[in-house]
Amino acid sequence: MGVALTRAAQWTTAGFGKGTLELTPLNEALLNDIIKFVESFRVKYPQEAEFVFKEPLRWKTTLEPSEFESGYIVSDTGVLSEENSKDGQPLLILSGKDIQVSSFGQLSRLLELAKDKKLKETQICLEANRDPVVKILGAGYGIVEGEEDSSAIRFLDKMKKDDGHASIKMKISLLLQQLDVLLLNNSLKHISLEIRLNPATIKNDVDLLKRFSGEGEQTVLESIEYTSDFEFANGCRAPPWRQMHGEICYLMVKPHDCDSIYVTCSTAGVFVNGGKKNEAEEINYERHSEIFKDLVTFLRHTSAKFSENMSKQKHSFLGGKKKEKKKLKSVTEKEETLSLPKSSVISVKSPSEKRRMVRKLEPSLKWTSSAVPQEKKDSSKESQDEKSATLSVTDKPKSVSPSTSAGKTQSSSRRKSFEKVEELSSESSSESEEDEEQPDHRQEGQTDLPSEYWQIQKLVKYLKGGNQTATVIALCSMRDFNLTQETCQLAIRDVGGLEVLINLLDTDDVKCKIGSLKILKEISNNSQIRRTIVDLGGLPIMVKILDSPDKNLKCLAAETIANVANFKRARRTVRQHGGIKKLVELLDYAQSKTDPMHRHALYETKDVEVARCGALALWSCSKSHANKEAIRKAGGIPLLARLLKSSHENMLIPVVGTLQECASEEHYRAAIKAERIIENLVKNLSSENEVLQEHCAMAIYQCAEDEETRDLVRQHGGLKPLAALLNNTDNKERLAAVTGAIWKCAISKENVTKFREYKAIETLVGLLTDQPEEVLVNVVGALGECCQEQENRVIIRRCGGIQPLVNLLVGTNQALLVNVTKAVGACATEPENMMIIDRLDGVRLLWSLLKNPHPDVKASAAWALCPCIENAKDAGEMVRSFVGGLELVVNLLKSENKEVLASVCAAITNIAKDQENLAVITDHGVVPLLSKLANTNNDKLRWHLAEAISRCCMWGRNRIAFGEHKAVAPLVRYLRSKDPNVHRATAQALYQLSEDANNCITMHENGAVKLLLDMVGSPDEELQEAAAGCISNIRRLALATEKAKYS
Amino acid sequence: MYTVNRKRLQKLTDSISKTSKHFNRYEVECLIKFFHTFLGETAEKQGSIGIDRNTFRNILHITFGMTDDMIMDRVFRAFDKDNDGFVNVTEWISGLCIFLRGSLEERMKYCFEVYDLNGDGFISREEMFHMLKNSLLKQPSEEDPDEGIKDLVDITLKKMDHDHDGKLSFTDYETSVREEALLLEAFGPCLPDSKRHLEFEAQVFKDPHDL
Repeated sequence: MGVALTRAAQWTTAGFGKGTLELTPLNEALLNDIIKFVESFRVKYPQEAEFVFKEPLRWKTTLEPSEFESGYIVSDTGVLSEENSKDGQPLLILSGKDIQVSSFGQLSRLLELAKDKKLKETQICLEANRDPVVKILGAGYGIVEGEEDSSAIRFLDKMKKDDGHASIKMKISLLLQQLDVLLLNNSLKHISLEIRLNPATIKNDVDLLKRFSGEGEQTVLESIEYTSDFEFANGCRAPPWRQMHGEICYLMVKPHDCDSIYVTCSTAGVFVNGGKKNEAEEINYERHSEIFKDLVTFLRHTSAKFSENMSKQKHSFLGGKKKEKKKLKSVTEKEETLSLPKSSVISVKSPSEKRRMVRKLEPSLKWTSSAVPQEKKDSSKESQDEKSATLSVTDKPKSVSPSTSAGKTQSSSRRKSFEKVEELSSESSSESEEDEEQPDHRQEGQTDLPSEYWQIQKLVKYLKGGNQTATVIALCSMRDFNLTQETCQLAIRDVGGLEVLINLLDTDDVKCKIGSLKILKEISNNSQIRRTIVDLGGLPIMVKILDSPDKNLKCLAAETIANVANFKRARRTVRQHGGIKKLVELLDYAQSKTDPMHRHALYETKDVEVARCGALALWSCSKSHANKEAIRKAGGIPLLARLLKSSHENMLIPVVGTLQECASEEHYRAAIKAERIIENLVKNLSSENEVLQEHCAMAIYQCAEDEETRDLVRQHGGLKPLAALLNNTDNKERLAAVTGAIWKCAISKENVTKFREYKAIETLVGLLTDQPEEVLVNVVGALGECCQEQENRVIIRRCGGIQPLVNLLVGTNQALLVNVTKAVGACATEPENMMIIDRLDGVRLLWSLLKNPHPDVKASAAWALCPCIENAKDAGEMVRSFVGGLELVVNLLKSENKEVLASVCAAITNIAKDQENLAVITDHGVVPLLSKLANTNNDKLRWHLAEAISRCCMWGRNRIAFGEHKAVAPLVRYLRSKDPNVHRATAQALYQLSEDANNCITMHENGAVKLLLDMVGSPDEELQEAAAGCISNIRRLALATEKAKYS
Repeated sequence: MYTVNRKRLQKLTDSISKTSKHFNRYEVECLIKFFHTFLGETAEKQGSIGIDRNTFRNILHITFGMTDDMIMDRVFRAFDKDNDGFVNVTEWISGLCIFLRGSLEERMKYCFEVYDLNGDGFISREEMFHMLKNSLLKQPSEEDPDEGIKDLVDITLKKMDHDHDGKLSFTDYETSVREEALLLEAFGPCLPDSKRHLEFEAQVFKDPHDL
């Protein structure tokens, strides 16, 4: 009884501390069963009835002392039973309202006395004694969570230890357990009858009622509103701590014929709550009425007007309700996606109004007409008849129809919690796909869905229960459905079709396998299906099928793998089951002589097709790093190279696709070079097929990082088709790939010359506007490379390319900004270009990019600033005009990034050419910051740092300051570097520093003289001069010292 | 006696291999030998000129793994062109010619002949029902087990009956098979599956020098 009471009985949860049993049918049934048990106890088990409880059951009775009859000693104040326990205590004590009972016998008699108050009495008793078993038998017999199963054994153990009445106690405890089981069984019957409400049904009901509410006599309610506009993700509006009690939302309902009622909708049903005293107050959550099974039943009971008007509208209302529910579901789904664009039109409207608006936009005119029965009663009736005719079909699958599949997938994803995140993310993406095609898609789904669903379910049944003949028929018939449509795909999954299809793959029958794969191939275009296939272990079986002698099967299996292996886990599964190797083997088919054994294979297949499907699957798989490696190890590259010579376009696309995907790996690029793949890539650039061109260009883009490859592209005449493809700008993906290939190829000077010949630079400039970012990045990158040559810089200026370039400086795309700054910087090396840049305020834009969070952009901007400052007229004035600009530059010396530091040093070198600016940056503390950087091993940084130091020496006592900040000794070490640039810059810096005597001493101490002497012998004149100057300064100091010593 | 037989065999082989589309002379010879090994068992006893129904069914069952009695009977009828209850050597070779190596057209004609139980040129609803009646496992939940079969027949008709006359003509059948090759043996397996097929050819056509 304990378990039943704690688990099944519906305790009101509202009050804290003492719970009360609600008056629900379930509880009533429970209580009646308990009463029956107790009443018959005295007769059935007289011995046990005398057993004295460990602790009496106490409660406040409703019985009056006068109601007790013979067997009791009745006094004014109370009642004592004549029956006493061994130690003389009466077994029943009533004093005032408090009653204590200590045996089943007394309990039975009490219930007899209580007559019609039995129920009430039992209820109070149980409310006061939440765990009566403990009181009856002792604490050891209580209900321990989660231990019901072993309780019998536990009791037995307990019993042995217990003294005295062991056998009686045992019997009682067994009896109580029997009762418990009985109660649980009965309550189960009740529970199973109950339909629990959920947020969706309530929402539908409310939405529906809202439509029929408003002013006027015909409406069913004056108003119905949620008390809270906020809806949690689970569809509930109740605050979380109330949701724990199963409450979903609260409504304020104003019927025509009575006051506003506050209503709680909970999973158990609908009831009146305490309501709100005033606006600010919280709702009083206590239940004030009985529970109704749903909102409509409740309102019917509460408001006569409601039920009257409902019956008037019954036809239109209830008939349409089911249909409406479905529609509403799709409306609410749409709301999310539509509300954004809508809100821009409707601007400021309350959420509820918005909802109404959206619903009006729902193109089911039939329904709205039946919603206004007065005007079009006849037509609505007609349409109603139509509807009810379809209803028998429409309302059945509701619970399982794919429209609820979102919820289903969630539950399935919950099951596989280990990949929950992945699952969810995929879901969201698939949902967004779905959203795009929703309008017509949904509409179609509403009318076709039920029949399709049932037909598919039937077919799956035949798949399961048929021999191969029936299976083949069912498979062929299933293919007649539009398997590209999501509803069908999900229907197959929801009726368990995927399991069957995958099982079929494991059979011996070729025809069944073919039929099953044909379907799987189609439906695996859906991401949810793909995941389910992987979850069901479909991939290993498909990989196994790749071994089949039947080529048709091989093809289908490979194609299906190509579809399924669209996400990481699937690709890994393919690899782990040796799929890559087998797929690579398929590539060999096109070449190897046909095995004479297969010449008469039942279904004709072409070897080329096998290879094509293999390549297709490899393409999908090659998106994972480890798979690329596996393809290489399985010897895929030579095979791909061979297939590349083929003339079949649909073969070339997957082959090039795979190569392009794999070319991100160093190994592949080397192999691609070695296998002479570039030649064929170049050849296919001239193909008719845009997709093929795109992938070829992409592959070249990937490979052209390597200089030799760039030369190969040129040698095979690939630059011309690339340049030609620039003129076709409709296909943006291809354009991005082509411009990418041009960019990378333009890194080689010879290629740039070719491009200039083909007028590619002009075309590229033309592409600087109105292109998507991926194209722009590549175009600008290519221009940046071209600008390394003076001639091209002129071309760009003449074509008006500088303005669009400068305009791009305000973008946000990091890759684009890096390229743009580089291109602008390259252009700025031309004084004429610089004038244009200056006029367009390009320098200011570059300068502000120093604030960009991305270090690459910062560095690139700083590099670009160097030629700008160098070539601008009145550079000093210009630099000073940027408020806070100099401070910003100096502070960048605190960066961690070497490239940023080097670029900023270079910029400082240029800035410091102007005395006034040098003074400013000195004030900003450039000297200590530069000095701090001195201990670096990076040659690039050393070079620019030394240059910056040498420039900064030109002001005030900076020379001395560098010495003080210990920059000199590290600089001397730079002379040991291998980079001649570093040597020159360092020698110049040392020469400047050597003007200060202390620095000379430091240099001398660090062995600078010897190193500088070597530099004097350098062919670089500047270096010679600086080194010699420095030595002379040191020497002069030494002489002066000596002179001072002896004079 | 042996030489006479041998000469006859040579002549027979020559004449048949001239007409046979898909077998070469050697293969025809092998098939004739194979035929005679089976004939030997029955013919000597009964003095008949061909393989009788039971022996033929044995061959289909053991060599080609067919199980459906009705289909096997129909295959026998398809082989036994002259309807004399025996498959003679010419019928044997020409039958196997389609059975093993037939083009899609030939195989379609053959299969249609097998499925057209009463030979009226149509596969009727009743014929389909007859052929499919054992195709579904008994499901205890179903009250009427025939209901599922009827439904299956309807599905098949929906799929294959292109002129919507409620029965399959050869044109209907041909169109469907060209659309979906799997429907060639829509009403039960009447051709060898590829594995058995290969085994059979390997066994019968094995090079005598290998022995």
